[in-house]
Amino acid sequence: MLFGYSFGDLGSILVMQGFAGLILFSVFVLMALGLAIIFGQMGVINMAHGEFMILGAYMTFLSSHLFQTYLPSFFGIYFFVAMIVAFLVSGAAGLATEWLLIRHLYRRPLDTLLATWGLSLIMQQAFRTIFGAREVGVELPSWMMGSLNVSSSIEVQINGLFVMALTLMITGAVALLMFKSRWGLQVRAVVNNRVMSGAVGIDTRRIDRLTFGLGCGIAGVAGSAFTMIGSTSPSAGQLYIVDTFLVVVFGGAQSLLGTIASALAISQSQSTLEFFTSGSNAKVTTLLIVIGLLMLRPQGLFVLKVRK
Amino acid sequence: MPKKPPTDRHSPFRRKLLLGTAALSATAMLAPSKLFAQAFPTAKVNTTGLAVTDTEVTVGILHSVTGTMAISETGSVEAEKLAIEQINAQGGVLGRKIKFIQEDGASDWPTFAEKAKKLLVNDKCAAVMGCWTSASRKAVLPVFEQYNGMLYYPTFYEGLEQSKNVIYTGQEATQQIIAGLDWVEKEKSAKTFYLLGSDYIWPRTSNKIARKHIEGHLKGCKVVGEEYFPLGHTQFNSVINKIKLTKPDVIYAIIVGGSNVAFYKQLKAAGIDLSKQTLLTISVTEDEIDGIGGENIAGAYACMKYFQSLDNPNNKAFVPAFKKMWGEKTVIGDVTQAAYLGPWLWKLTAEKAGSFDIDKIAAASPGVEFKGAPEGYVRIHENHHLWSKTRVGRAKLDGQYELVYETANLVEPDPFPKGYQ
Repeated sequence: MLFGYSFGDLGSILVMQGFAGLILFSVFVLMALGLAIIFGQMGVINMAHGEFMILGAYMTFLSSHLFQTYLPSFFGIYFFVAMIVAFLVSGAAGLATEWLLIRHLYRRPLDTLLATWGLSLIMQQAFRTIFGAREVGVELPSWMMGSLNVSSSIEVQINGLFVMALTLMITGAVALLMFKSRWGLQVRAVVNNRVMSGAVGIDTRRIDRLTFGLGCGIAGVAGSAFTMIGSTSPSAGQLYIVDTFLVVVFGGAQSLLGTIASALAISQSQSTLEFFTSGSNAKVTTLLIVIGLLMLRPQGLFVLKVRK
Repeated sequence: MPKKPPTDRHSPFRRKLLLGTAALSATAMLAPSKLFAQAFPTAKVNTTGLAVTDTEVTVGILHSVTGTMAISETGSVEAEKLAIEQINAQGGVLGRKIKFIQEDGASDWPTFAEKAKKLLVNDKCAAVMGCWTSASRKAVLPVFEQYNGMLYYPTFYEGLEQSKNVIYTGQEATQQIIAGLDWVEKEKSAKTFYLLGSDYIWPRTSNKIARKHIEGHLKGCKVVGEEYFPLGHTQFNSVINKIKLTKPDVIYAIIVGGSNVAFYKQLKAAGIDLSKQTLLTISVTEDEIDGIGGENIAGAYACMKYFQSLDNPNNKAFVPAFKKMWGEKTVIGDVTQAAYLGPWLWKLTAEKAGSFDIDKIAAASPGVEFKGAPEGYVRIHENHHLWSKTRVGRAKLDGQYELVYETANLVEPDPFPKGYQ
């Protein structure tokens, strides 16, 4: 006996808690990826990140309604369409935001903080006006609910697996884009030395716009996926923003690898602590650990050398 | 010095003319209203300078229609407007139509206090229907006490409060907790309870009462876990694992807001079948189920005083009237119904007191009964809370509750329960 549980139980705990930690890890990566791209590559602090996620969630809500009304026989696969729609709409909104707002503020990075915060308030109120102040329920196809029984005491949640697969896919795609494509090469060049990149003929403005759009698009997909596990309401974006910033800052702002590592560290410590203490205590302890580590290492876990 | 009522500025002739027009337009159906107005001259029913004229009385509505709490408070605003409209259609209060001024608390407690002051000091509202969270009520309470206003507060809450200036139309904690626990112990032979809650005053106080009741009053019952989560928490897998291991007879959940959606979705995804695992909540009304999705919570039990599905004549008139005004798809939760009681109780009290004066309203409140309440029947207690029944409902797939139990008698409100603090 340990902590009041038998050893058989403890084995199952280990497996299921490990899995719970992995789901949380995937959720964190998915949330933080879009922000990390924008923050890391462009130095813009996008306070409206959560709202771009919720935009994706509302797109999912709309898609589910359209499919139920017009294509009920395809309802089982609507979620994939919804995610694409979410990516496109949030991405387009991101491009528009960059063009209207952000590009005028590149020389004043702190002002982007204020501007995007204002944007987040505007978006929240817009959601409230369009979709109503109440939460909306997004119905899922039945195959996405429930869990697989691995053994009598170990159950694996299907939507958890889904989120994990999605995270893996998107992270892979972003990594490919960043490190194998010509565009990624240009992005990395701009991050390293904006002036020199411009001098050798890279259109830095276009790169910025696309980066911002991509970041927001990924936020939209994340929001779409989160309709499976969380709520969809005008202000739900606020629920995610703190954790998202925590992951990005702790990971080191300019490193995608850092984002992933910090998501892993935070999610595992949180879910383990949650099991042995309680929800509130786990959060407090995790935050204290992160603050402590950031005091020792203000630049975050991983740092990229950048020429200023 | 209190400001003179605005009508005094007009000449007596003008006043008669006004009265005459009012009477003309309302001759046929509102005859009693005219009589009322004559029987209750403004100078008599309003001695303290409230916004009362010969034809109108002004009340305030103070809820959040923007910000995080808009999600919950929208229903209350809708219910209060419906009640006011219905009262006006019946001829108003003491022969005067109710006019309302709506202010937005914007989910921000200092804003609530500021707007409350505006409604009382500038607008001289005769009563205010408003607030939702305990935090907002605590913020406006000193304002209502200082400027002597009357607040009708709709939300079920943790108790431990009583004020001359507030009528609590929702349940205080013991009214919502004890009968439900007794029922689940008896009906489900429950012995072990796992208490969950969001981390703030209401769930913590309520769970404290629940724990005292389980350990002190229910034979052989014990609490096997108690846990709190920050507001807005969205990951419940760890606690769900703990629940799976401890296998409690009852999960007692007081989780609020967006967290609710995450909790029930993850509970279902984790394979906990609510048709086999008993779950009792005091925080999920029909409003919340809209966001959670009926399929995710079907089978759970909720302990409330009102469900939209209640089968009584009052409710059968109330639900269609509400839907007619606010749309076929709207749902009506416990708090929405309690908010609907506010304007009615105030009207009945004013008629009993024969006055709009705050002190007279406060003094006349105890004993006021409202037989037209959608929940059936309510009566105001000496302590300004309501006598009402406690009910248990079971969530169905369509997002409605099916009534499974109600107390035989009205339950006495007890905001300072002895032995439970």
